[in-house]
Amino acid sequence: MVDQTPRISKAWKVLSTVEDPEIPVISVVDLGIVRNVVEEGENLVVNITPTYSGCPATQVIEDSVKEALDLADLRPFQVNTVLSPAWSSAMISDEGRQKLKEYGIAPPADETTDKKALMGEDRQITCPNCGSNNTLMVSQFGSTPCKAHFKCKDCLEPFDYFKCL
Amino acid sequence: MSQDKSLYNAVTHLGDNVLILGHRISEWCGHGPVLEQDIAMTNISLDLIGQARMYLDYAGKLSGENKTDDDMAYKRDVLDFKNFLICELPTGDFADTLARQFFFDQWHFLFLHELSKSSDETLAAIAQKSLKEVTYHKRWSSEWIVRLGDGTAESKEKMQRGIDDVWMFTGELLTQSDEELTLVEAGILPSSEKLKNTWEKSCEEVLKEATLSKPEEEWMQSGGKEGVHTEYLGFILAEMQFLPRAYPDAQW
Repeated sequence: MVDQTPRISKAWKVLSTVEDPEIPVISVVDLGIVRNVVEEGENLVVNITPTYSGCPATQVIEDSVKEALDLADLRPFQVNTVLSPAWSSAMISDEGRQKLKEYGIAPPADETTDKKALMGEDRQITCPNCGSNNTLMVSQFGSTPCKAHFKCKDCLEPFDYFKCL
Repeated sequence: MSQDKSLYNAVTHLGDNVLILGHRISEWCGHGPVLEQDIAMTNISLDLIGQARMYLDYAGKLSGENKTDDDMAYKRDVLDFKNFLICELPTGDFADTLARQFFFDQWHFLFLHELSKSSDETLAAIAQKSLKEVTYHKRWSSEWIVRLGDGTAESKEKMQRGIDDVWMFTGELLTQSDEELTLVEAGILPSSEKLKNTWEKSCEEVLKEATLSKPEEEWMQSGGKEGVHTEYLGFILAEMQFLPRAYPDAQW
C-alpha cells in the first residue's frame, strides 16, 4: 500500500467494514479476499479473489463490496474477480486470525506450503474454546467449504477449523 | 481444425467433467451414510461445480458466440457434452460413488498439477485454484477406499465390486485425441501419456493398502469426449436443465 491516493485509502477503509457473510466478525480485507485497489483513469478498480471455487458467499461478497463503495460515494468503480495467484489461507491477516479464534473458529494452522497438512498427516489444532491441544478431526469437510469439523477431547465441545488452502 | 476450436473443445471437456461429476455427487445431499460424509460429498460437489463455472465461463468466451457459463451448462444437449463417461455413471451405492471418485481424483490431481504450468494463462490459473481443493478430494476418497477395502468382509466385497465395475471407464482418463495432442504440443494441455505411469502407481498403492485387487480387464470403454454418451447423461441433463429451459428468465 504505497503511494496511496486519498480515494484509494478511503476505499480500503470502507472495504475493511465489509464483513464475510458466513463469518460476520471478519472483514473481506482481513480474509485476504480484496487483492488490490487501484485507480485507472476515472475508475476505481477493486480486484477480489474467491476463497473456494464453489463458495456461495462469493456473489454476496461482490454485491456487498459494490454496495459499500456506492454508499461511500466512490463511484465510478469496477469490481473484478481475479483467479491468479490463487487465494490461500496464508493471506488471512494476523488480526483476522485473532478474530476467527475469538469467534470460536480455530484459525488455519500453517501456510499451505506445508505439505504435511495436505498429504494426510494430522496437524495439531488448538481448541478455540479451552485452548487444549487434545483435539480430534471429525471430518475434513465442515459447515462451509473453508472449514473442517473438529472436536475437543478435553472440553468435549465441537468446533470449526478454518482449513489450510 | 483451428487451434481456437480445439481449445474451445478442450476447455468445454474439462468444464463438463466437473459439472457432471459435481451434479452426480450432489445427489447424495440428504442421503449420505452419516452426516459428516453427507457434508463432505456436498462440499466436494460444490468445489467441482465452482470449478465448472470457471472453465465454462472461459469456454463461453472462446465459443465466439458470446455465451455465458449458464448458457454452456443449460443450453447444450447430450451430443454437445464432452465429459468422460466415468463422470456420468449412476450414483449407485456408496462404494460405487467412492470407486468412481477415487479413480477420477487420482487423475484430476495429477492432471491439474501439470495443467497449472499451462502456457494458457487462464487454464493455468483455474488449475492452480482447483488443485488446492482437489488435494482434499483425493485424500478423502483414498482414505475411504482403504477404510472400506480393509474393513469388514462385507465392506471389502462391496468396495471390490465398485472398483471392478468402474474400471473399464478409467482408460478414457488417460487417452488423448489427435486434436488434444496438438494442444499438448503447444504446451497448453499436459500429456496424458506421461501421467499414465504415475496414475497407475498411485492407484495401485492405495488399492494395495486397502487389500483390494487391481482389475485385470484391459478392454476400455470410451466416447465421452466425442459426445457419445451412456443413456444416463440424458437423465442428468433433464433434471439439471429443466428449470432454465422451462423458465428462461428465472432469477434466483
